[in-house]
Amino acid sequence: MSAINIVKPGYSRKLDLKHGCIEMTHGGGGRAMAQLIQQMFIAAFDNEYLRLMNDQACFRTANGRMVMSTDSHVVTPLFFPGGDIGCLSVHGTINDIAMAGARPCYLAASFILEEGFPLSDLKRIVDSMARAAQTAGVPVVTGDTKVVEKGSGDGVFITTTGLGVVPDGIDISGTNARPGDKIVVSGTLGDHGIAVMAFRENLSFQTTIASDTAALHELVADMVAAVPDIHVLRDPTRGGIATALNEIAQQSSVGMMLYENQLPIRQEVNAACEFLGLDPLYIANEGKLVAICCAEDAENMLGVMHAHPLGRNAAIIGEVIEDDHCFVQMQTSLGGNRVVDWLSGEQLPRIC
Amino acid sequence: MKYIDEFREGRLARQIAANIMIEADSRRHYHFMEFCGGHTHAISRFGIVDLLPGNVHMIHGPGCPVCILPIGRVETAIQLTQIPKVILCSYGDLLRIPVRNGMSLIKAKAQGADVRMVYSCIDALKIAQDNPQHQVVFFAIGFETTTPPTAVAIQQARMLGLNNFSVFCNHVLTPSAISHILQSPEVREFGLVQLDGFVGPAHVSVVIGSRPYEYFAEEFQKSVVIAGFEPLDVMQAILMLIRQVNSGRAEVENEFTRAVMPDGNLKAQSLVAEVFELRRNFEWRGLGWVPYSALKIKSTYGDFDAERRFPIAECSIDDNKACECGAILRGVKQPRDCKIFGTVCTPENPIGSCMVSSEGACAAYYRYGRFRANNPMTAENSCQQSI
Repeated sequence: MSAINIVKPGYSRKLDLKHGCIEMTHGGGGRAMAQLIQQMFIAAFDNEYLRLMNDQACFRTANGRMVMSTDSHVVTPLFFPGGDIGCLSVHGTINDIAMAGARPCYLAASFILEEGFPLSDLKRIVDSMARAAQTAGVPVVTGDTKVVEKGSGDGVFITTTGLGVVPDGIDISGTNARPGDKIVVSGTLGDHGIAVMAFRENLSFQTTIASDTAALHELVADMVAAVPDIHVLRDPTRGGIATALNEIAQQSSVGMMLYENQLPIRQEVNAACEFLGLDPLYIANEGKLVAICCAEDAENMLGVMHAHPLGRNAAIIGEVIEDDHCFVQMQTSLGGNRVVDWLSGEQLPRIC
Repeated sequence: MKYIDEFREGRLARQIAANIMIEADSRRHYHFMEFCGGHTHAISRFGIVDLLPGNVHMIHGPGCPVCILPIGRVETAIQLTQIPKVILCSYGDLLRIPVRNGMSLIKAKAQGADVRMVYSCIDALKIAQDNPQHQVVFFAIGFETTTPPTAVAIQQARMLGLNNFSVFCNHVLTPSAISHILQSPEVREFGLVQLDGFVGPAHVSVVIGSRPYEYFAEEFQKSVVIAGFEPLDVMQAILMLIRQVNSGRAEVENEFTRAVMPDGNLKAQSLVAEVFELRRNFEWRGLGWVPYSALKIKSTYGDFDAERRFPIAECSIDDNKACECGAILRGVKQPRDCKIFGTVCTPENPIGSCMVSSEGACAAYYRYGRFRANNPMTAENSCQQSI
């Protein structure tokens, strides 16, 4: 009997997760795409909404104010110490939602895959996303996949969109900073950026620094419960704490004064910044937040943050001041003053 | 951080500041030029100006390798990228220097040129090894600090038999620039720039030693104190300069003894001498043509000289008329004297090179000291103005 005769009717070969790679057909809308969605995405993200295989997720709306945010992820390298593009894409959007003081409820994920991208890498990324979503308790309820020709992408780009609900009585916004408020960060600055940089192909140096990528919504829930009157929350991602504070200063028409010797920065991060000629204030974070609240609430909030694993190293780093020009200034450890400016272009290493 | 934190200690800084306050004679003014961009950066980043009395003035010198590179050389580098199969490797700061029509290396890259940012010339060598079908050109710039590594890269390229690697050499020499400033009419005749002494280069002096400065101290009667790039180094050097001026001395003193020897790094010097020779003349932005102020690759290593390998024409382009970079680099003007500083010329849209490099005087003023500016336009902290 020839081999072909023993194949069962309706059999289709499984995705070759070991040696296979993305082909144009995976984005073509046909069987190959259906197979990829079923065996790769639904298998990992499995939940009641996805199982219905509709082009959208349908759910009941909550009462009250909702927040929505979207974030695209294009990180190189895709895998780095402490995380990968997968968990980063889940944490990033959850954090954007949480920075309104909201409870994140649902995520949508969109993948742009480059032809030739190994399925084994995609599996690692999708599994990491699924784990991050499950740990955070925020399901990925709908998604999309596109494939671009080789050379038109960089392996994989992931866009996630999130939906959340703001508890009653909470009004957190970048416009709410007032002179006299305290500025608090939840932990050490610059870990993510340096961890990723250390792993880049053209810049490999050995370090024990890992990315701080984490979902901050539970920390935020604790903070909001203790201090409902938090004025501003923001996650200082790209552009670092300097950019986040400049944005807030501008939105609220206030100035800020930071104290250099209060900034929590790991020695390893400081050292890497020193030899690369970078400033840790401009380095990206993925699991940190900056909070601004009344001076009277600051110690209380700091106590709550210290009690949470993601806020152990929280510190008051400065205060909001009156300034018509909206400068973020810093008192240096030496005793002088300087501006902490917007990031100009990309941070480039110095030569001498 | 060991060897860093000790030199940024606030308590010691206040102590030195108090000594400067006591020892600086209130009946006179002191004018010191910090030659290096590294010092300019430290002074701005750590707010050292706030710790100095009003009669101690710091003048920013031309020691920023990006700032003094004439536009023509960048134009030539852009021309190199237009040659098929050429990969141009450059340090990051150079990518944003504007040339004609708003063109820059970063824009050339966006338009398809293969320009790669490297952290060291050895990275460029690796790119040459990995891309045997391409011609890899390293855009070499810098003072004596970055010259020895370029020499090593050229020697290694020869050892590896890499015939697709070459260097576009723009290495310049510190002592010739200092002489040029001291001999300039602005200093000698017109008294436009008052100069009592120099904060001498840190990393450059590690290579060349402290002896080359003795000539300036003697010939021009100027005090020189070689200082490290940390804020306490700079403050201590300022105090030492004040003491020299007060006692009428013009000597070379070394504050940076943890790294600088009188004779410098002889091994590095011999490497440079093996691969490079003096150029008869080289154009500096701000200083003009300065004789024997730069290096070129010796003919024995001519195979690795991009200027010999590729048919490139030398070009000289004038600075934008409104730009005061030249006067600022000579210490004749301060960034805030420039009409376009902080308005038309910002780090996002630099017109002159002093705004490009973070070691440039304009960028340092803009980034760290803008709140001191008298001009309300400049003092505005808006993200809009910089887009």
